[in-house]
Amino acid sequence: MTQVTTPAEAEGTAGDGVMVRAEQVHKSFGSVEVLKGIDLEVRSGEVCCLLGPSGSGKSTFLRCINHLEKINAGRIRVDGDLIGYRERGGKLHEMREKEIATQRRAIGMVFQRFNLFPHMTALQNVAEAPVLLGRERKAAARDRAAALLQRVGLGDKLGNYPGQLSGGQQQRVAIARALAMQPKLMLFDEPTSALDPELVGEVLDVMKDLARDGMTMIVVTHEIGFAREVGDSLVFMDDGVVVESGAPREVIANPRHDRTKAFLAKVL
Amino acid sequence: MSSETDTTERARPEPIQAVPVRHPGRWVAVAVIGVLVAMFVHLLVTNKAFNWAFMVDEMFRPPIMEGLRGTLALTVLAMVIGVSLGVVVAIMRLSENPILRGVSWAYTWFFRAVPRLVLAILFGNLGILWARIEFGLPFDRQIGALFGVDDFEARLFGFSALEILTGFVAGMLALGLSEAAYMAEIVRAGIQSVDEGQTEAAQALGLSRTQILRRIVLPQAMRVIIPPTGNETIAMLKDTSLVAFVPVSTELFFQLKAVGNRTFQVFPMYVAACLWYLLLTSVLLVGQYYLERHFSKGFGRSAQAKIRLRGITAEAGGSTSEAGR
Repeated sequence: MTQVTTPAEAEGTAGDGVMVRAEQVHKSFGSVEVLKGIDLEVRSGEVCCLLGPSGSGKSTFLRCINHLEKINAGRIRVDGDLIGYRERGGKLHEMREKEIATQRRAIGMVFQRFNLFPHMTALQNVAEAPVLLGRERKAAARDRAAALLQRVGLGDKLGNYPGQLSGGQQQRVAIARALAMQPKLMLFDEPTSALDPELVGEVLDVMKDLARDGMTMIVVTHEIGFAREVGDSLVFMDDGVVVESGAPREVIANPRHDRTKAFLAKVL
Repeated sequence: MSSETDTTERARPEPIQAVPVRHPGRWVAVAVIGVLVAMFVHLLVTNKAFNWAFMVDEMFRPPIMEGLRGTLALTVLAMVIGVSLGVVVAIMRLSENPILRGVSWAYTWFFRAVPRLVLAILFGNLGILWARIEFGLPFDRQIGALFGVDDFEARLFGFSALEILTGFVAGMLALGLSEAAYMAEIVRAGIQSVDEGQTEAAQALGLSRTQILRRIVLPQAMRVIIPPTGNETIAMLKDTSLVAFVPVSTELFFQLKAVGNRTFQVFPMYVAACLWYLLLTSVLLVGQYYLERHFSKGFGRSAQAKIRLRGITAEAGGSTSEAGR
């Protein structure tokens, strides 16, 4: 059980090779409509980068994929399964909390503000969920957690509390923590936005590594360089809609839409 | 001006030896406090009403020590009930289930509204309500009557109210249930003080609501919960003197007062009570210190200092991933 490679290919997908399929996703907070009909397809093993100005709804959309936010209309499917609901006789039934939790286990998430558990060491942060969920015995989980931390370059920080780590190190622990659940999909919510500039690289390196291993990833980011280099597809969002999408190099080099041009002009 | 770039050549300026700011107010305060303390000590030593010898002689007698044990037992048991029930009530209050929320609100409302003294007396007299307390099918007689059976009884077990609701148990319940209402509010504040991101991160890992609460949120909430809980424990220690009205006689203050009443040396025994409560509270404060230290794991000052140290070593020697060892 000390296998460290991602199970993306091993587990197989719903047949058509699509990991995430969003259809006409709408989301409102009160009277404010944040998502106005998002369509998106991410194939298995693909790295999809979500770009857009702040307030464009990209983080909200990401949080809808693992049901941290409930959508108001549309459908989100991960690996063929409807997220948060069950369709029976043409009617949607809300899932129980337990079932949602089960769905989330296959979807790793990395947050802008790391959200490590401050009362646990790096090793405990990574090993906690697999042990609590009865997936592994404590010793096995610890071994695998140590291997994962080694993989993100923190083999010498196992016993450190998050408060004793730099931002970049914390974010790498957070990535290892998500990987410990052996997800088939990883969501990154602006993983480098809260970091000092000189620490961004170490986190991006870990993400590149993951991408190379074939992990399906959706990354909300402002790192154009990362999108260009690692991304298989780039989706530009603004004001709750997908403005344009395509191959990253293509979109960045020749944006078709004015809003994309304006945004790229500012960040490049 | 070219010599300015040559900083190593420049002499180090002599250390600052400024005249420090004077604080005359402090000296005045010291003088005033000194006089007041002297007056107080003079009072303690010269006033015959203190009767120190008598007090010291009496304050360690067996009945007093038994009262002390009673007070400690009541404090511990009432706090155990208060904390555990308080956690449950707080969790109910924060639940998504509106019924649980309502029940929790009503509980806190009632037990915070009624004074502890009144509660203690009320619980001491619950025997008036029921001669026996029995467990079984509720409304069994009424249900029996409905089907035409006289005196239908479906009771599993029961006991005499007078036997079980002795003064001690009644006092313990009154204090513990009342404490739970206050603890519920403290625990609720503690839970709400934990960053929302913690719950989200745990949810994203697929943990259940209970697991998140038990492993992630509550341990962090403890940091906020413990200081006021220490306060509550100290308050409880003193509130145990209320159970004299239940009535409970195995309690510190009751015993001390009894000695005073019997010997007509009332005042020394009140002083003895002060000293006992001072001593017990001091012991509790020490315990609180260690508890707080335990639950500030990963938050402490020492951790902060270590980060700073790490930063310095990182600057001094190469890449961040290798710094700190």
